[in-house]
Amino acid sequence: MSSGALELSAVAAAAAIRDGSLSAGELFDAYRERAGADRAAGEQGLNCFTWVADERPAQAPAGGPLAGLPLAVKDLFCTEGVPSQSGSRILEGYLPPYTATAVARLLDAGASLLAKTNQDEFAMGSSNENSGYGPVRNPWDRARVPGGSSGGSAAAVAAGLAPWALGTDTGGSIRQPAALCGIVGLKPTYGAVSRYGMIAFASSLDQAGPLTRDVADAALAFAQMVGRDACDATSLEFPHAITAPSAERLDGVRIGVPDELTGDGIEAGVRACFEAALARAEELGAQVQTVRLAHAPHALSAYYVLAPAEASSNLARFDGVRYGLRAEAQELLEMYTSTRHDGFGAEVRRRIMLGTYALSSGYYDAYYGRAQRVRTKVAGDFREAFAEVDFILTPTAPTVAFALGEKTGDPLAMYLNDYCTVPMSLAGIPAISIPCGLSAGLPVGLQIAGPAFSENRLLDAAHAFEHALEFDGSGARV
Amino acid sequence: MSERPAAPGTAALEPVIGLEIHVQLATATKMFCGCELSFGEPPNTRTCPVCIGLPGSLPVANARAIHFGLMIGLALGSELAPRSIFHRKNYFYPDQAKGYQISQYDEPLCRGGRLGEVRIHRVHLEEDAAKLIHVGASGRIHGSDASIVDFNRSGTPLAEIVTEPDIRSAEQAGEWLRLLRGTLRQLGVSDVNMEEGSLRCDANISLRAAGTSELGTKTELKNMNSFRFIERGIRAEIARQQKLLLDGGQVLQETLHFDPDSGAITSLRSKEEAHDYRYFPEPDLLPVAIDEQMLAAAAAAMSELPAERAERLRGDAGLSEDSAQLLAFRGELGDFFEAALAAPTDPPAGAQALANWVTGELLGRLDDGQDPADSRLEPAALAALVGMVGAKQISVGAARQVLDRLLAEGGEPGAIVVAEGLAAMDGSDELAAIVAAALEANADAAERVRQGNAKAIGPIVGQVMRDTKGRADGTEVSRLINEQLGL
Repeated sequence: MSSGALELSAVAAAAAIRDGSLSAGELFDAYRERAGADRAAGEQGLNCFTWVADERPAQAPAGGPLAGLPLAVKDLFCTEGVPSQSGSRILEGYLPPYTATAVARLLDAGASLLAKTNQDEFAMGSSNENSGYGPVRNPWDRARVPGGSSGGSAAAVAAGLAPWALGTDTGGSIRQPAALCGIVGLKPTYGAVSRYGMIAFASSLDQAGPLTRDVADAALAFAQMVGRDACDATSLEFPHAITAPSAERLDGVRIGVPDELTGDGIEAGVRACFEAALARAEELGAQVQTVRLAHAPHALSAYYVLAPAEASSNLARFDGVRYGLRAEAQELLEMYTSTRHDGFGAEVRRRIMLGTYALSSGYYDAYYGRAQRVRTKVAGDFREAFAEVDFILTPTAPTVAFALGEKTGDPLAMYLNDYCTVPMSLAGIPAISIPCGLSAGLPVGLQIAGPAFSENRLLDAAHAFEHALEFDGSGARV
Repeated sequence: MSERPAAPGTAALEPVIGLEIHVQLATATKMFCGCELSFGEPPNTRTCPVCIGLPGSLPVANARAIHFGLMIGLALGSELAPRSIFHRKNYFYPDQAKGYQISQYDEPLCRGGRLGEVRIHRVHLEEDAAKLIHVGASGRIHGSDASIVDFNRSGTPLAEIVTEPDIRSAEQAGEWLRLLRGTLRQLGVSDVNMEEGSLRCDANISLRAAGTSELGTKTELKNMNSFRFIERGIRAEIARQQKLLLDGGQVLQETLHFDPDSGAITSLRSKEEAHDYRYFPEPDLLPVAIDEQMLAAAAAAMSELPAERAERLRGDAGLSEDSAQLLAFRGELGDFFEAALAAPTDPPAGAQALANWVTGELLGRLDDGQDPADSRLEPAALAALVGMVGAKQISVGAARQVLDRLLAEGGEPGAIVVAEGLAAMDGSDELAAIVAAALEANADAAERVRQGNAKAIGPIVGQVMRDTKGRADGTEVSRLINEQLGL
C-alpha cells in the first residue's frame, strides 16, 4: 500500500477499495498503527483516542457503500463490548451491551470500528479540556485546544489519524472543533439521525453527525446514518435521499448574514476570513444580504439554562448502583454522593447544579420556562429569515483555536465559543462548518445554516465554497 | 375528676377521602420498551437497556397502553386530551433506573369524569418502578441486611386514576373501589389483582366539621394492598385524626404507612421532607396526539360496563336494586348469574330467587374474591336447584346440603336429591309420625307451645329437621306441630 492512501478522502478510498487498487484490511492496519501510536503516547501525543482497535476486524467488510473504511467514533456512542465512557471517569471501563443506531448503521454500510475518540466529559465543553482522560491537543499547534466537545474526533481527522469520525453536536460540538481543526463538520437537522445509544447530554439538542476532511465525505457518512429509528421516538424519516454534492457555483443562491452573530466579539482575523468568503460567494453568483435574527443574542443564555436542566436529569442515572464507578460507603446516600463527586469533573458538576436549580420548584418558570420561550422565538426568527434567504452564514467560532488553559478559569468566556452555533441548535436546523482560511496560521470555520431537512442543498453550497476556497489542510497532518 | 372543655361530638366531624389508584395495564410489553411484562419470572430476566436505564437508551411509548388509557377515560366519562405530554419526575431511589420516572404531569391523558357517586379528577399514564427486595429477618427496609433490585417490573405500564375528595367513609371507599375494579376488569385493561399488586391504592384523608365545605389538613395513606386493609387503614386513620382534633391537636400533612398486622400507622415523610420532583417535559418523547382513529378504536373496544349492567339487570331481569348492583359490580357473579338464568330448567328458577342464591348462599361459600366459574358448580345446576326449591320439591335446608355437594363434587342436583333421599316430605304420614315422635321427646317444649309460647317451637322443629335430614318443609312442620297440639 502506498503511503498516499492515507491522504485519500473517504470517498476516494472507498472507490479505490472497490476497484481493487487498495486493500481495506491494509488501510485499516495503517490507520490503526497511526491511531495506536497516538494512544500509546497519551498526553505526549494529541491524545485523540480513548480506545483503539488492537486488530483489524476478523472479516473486514469490503462490501457496502463504505467498503471497509476505518471509522473513529466519539466516546459517547455506545459500542457493544468496547469502552464507551463519554469522556467521564464515572463510566471508566464501561462496556455497553449494545451499539448506538448511528454507529450500527455505518458499520452495516461497511465501516470498520477503528477507535473511540476523546471528548469533553458528557460533551460539556468547547475545548476538550473537560475530559476525564486528559485534554486533546490541536494538531495545527499542540499548545492549543482542538475545540470541543468532539475534540478528539476533529483532531484525529485533521491530523490524518482517521479518515473520518463520528461526533455529536449539542450547541456546536461538531462545528466548533471542526472549525478549530480545519475540517468539515455537519450537524444535521434535529431528528434526522437516531440518538439511540448516544450517552445523552441534552436530549432536545443532541444530534450525531460526521467530521470529515471534505464535504463529499460528510455527505457519504450522513447518507448512511440518516433516517427514522424505531428506538428513538424523536427521530424522523428524512423526506428525500441524500445525494453526493457536486455544485461548483452559487448562482441565484440568496445568502443571509445576521448582524447579531457577526458583529462584536468576532476577532479580526476570523472576520477577515469570513468577509473574504462572502466576497467569494458573490463571485460564485450568490446574492448576499443582511437578515435579522433578533433573538439570537439571547440564545446562548437560554441554551445554558436548557442544556444543563436536561443534563441534570440525564446524568441522574449515574448513581453507582448498576454500572460504572461505585464509591465505597457505609450508607446509600453517601454512596450516591461520593460516587458522583468522585466520578464527575468540575464542569459536569457545575452544570448539574445549574440545571437542578433551573428546574426547582418556584424557579422553573423564571428559568426553564423562560428559556423555552426564548427558544421558540429564536426558531421563529430563523423561519422568517429563511423566507427571504436560502442560507445563513456566520463564522463558526468567534476565535481561532486558543491556548490550552487559557479559558479554563473563566466558564463564561468558554461558553462564548458557542455564540454563533447555539442558535441553530435551539432551532433544530442543520448547519455545516467548513474551513475558509487561516488566521495567524490557524484555521477559521465558515458556518452555513439552512432550514430543516435542507441538507442536500446545504452540502451542495458547502461543496461550492470548498471548491472555490481551496483550503489546504496539510498543515495539521502528523 | 377534672373538668374537660366541651369537645365537639364525633358526629360533628366528617371524613373527606380521595383515592389515588395505580392500575397495572395488561399490555403485552412494557410502557417504554419491548420487554414482555413479568409474572414471577426469575429476577432481572425481563429487562433491556431501556428499562434498566443504561446510558444512551431511549423510551418509546407503548401504543397499546395509550389505547387502554383512552378506554379507561371513556369508561369514566373523562375528557380525553387531544394532546397530552409525558414529563420526567426526578428523584433518586434504587428502584428508579434512570433517576426519574416518566409520568404525566400537568397535561394528562384524561381529565374529569365520574364513576358512581365519585367524581374523577384525572387519569394519566406512567411507568412502574423496579421491585426492591429487602433481605433479612424483617423483610422491610428497616433492619434489613441488604436490599436487592429486580428490574422485571421496571417500566410496567400504569394508569393512575385520581378521584375528587367525594368519599365520606371507609366502607364507601371499599365499595367504590370494588366498582372501579369491576369496571376495569370488564374493560379488560388490567388484571386488577390487589394481592399481586396490579391494583394499588393510596388514600388522602382529612376531617372537617360536617356541613362545611373547607378541606382540613390531609394525610396520605400509602399503598394498601387489599380491600380489607384499605377499609381498616382508612378507619384507623379517621380515628387517629378524630382523636387528635378532639384532643385539641392538629393534623400534620404527611405520608403514612398502615401496618395491617399491628394496625399501627407510622409516618413515612412529612410535608417538609416532600421531594421537589423538578418536573419538566420528557424531551425523549413526542406529545401524545390522539386522533379520530385512536378514539374510534377505544370506543369500539368498550364492552358493557358495570353501571350499565346494573341498569339492565334491574330493567330486563327485574332484580332488586341491591341484587343488580352486587351482580354488576362483581362481574364474575353477574356472569354466573346470567349463565344460570339462561339455562333451561324444569321447574324454572325465578330471576330474583336465583340472584338471591348467587349473592347469598353461593357467595357465602366462596373464598374471598373467588370466581364461581372456577368451582365445580355449573350455572345450570344452580338454576335447577333453585327451580326445585321454588316448586317446593326440596326444602331450603336440603337445597343448602345439595349446594355444598355441587360445589365440592359437581353433578346434577336432581341426582343428588334422589341418591341422598332429600326430596321434600310434604304432608305425608311419615312426616306426621316424625312430628309426633318429636313432640313426645320434647314434652316440656310442647307444653309451653300449647300454653302460647310460640318461640318454644324451635327445639321441636330442630328435632324434626334432624330426623328428616332437612328434607321437611319448615312451614309444613310447623303446621303439623300446631295441628297435633290441637292449636
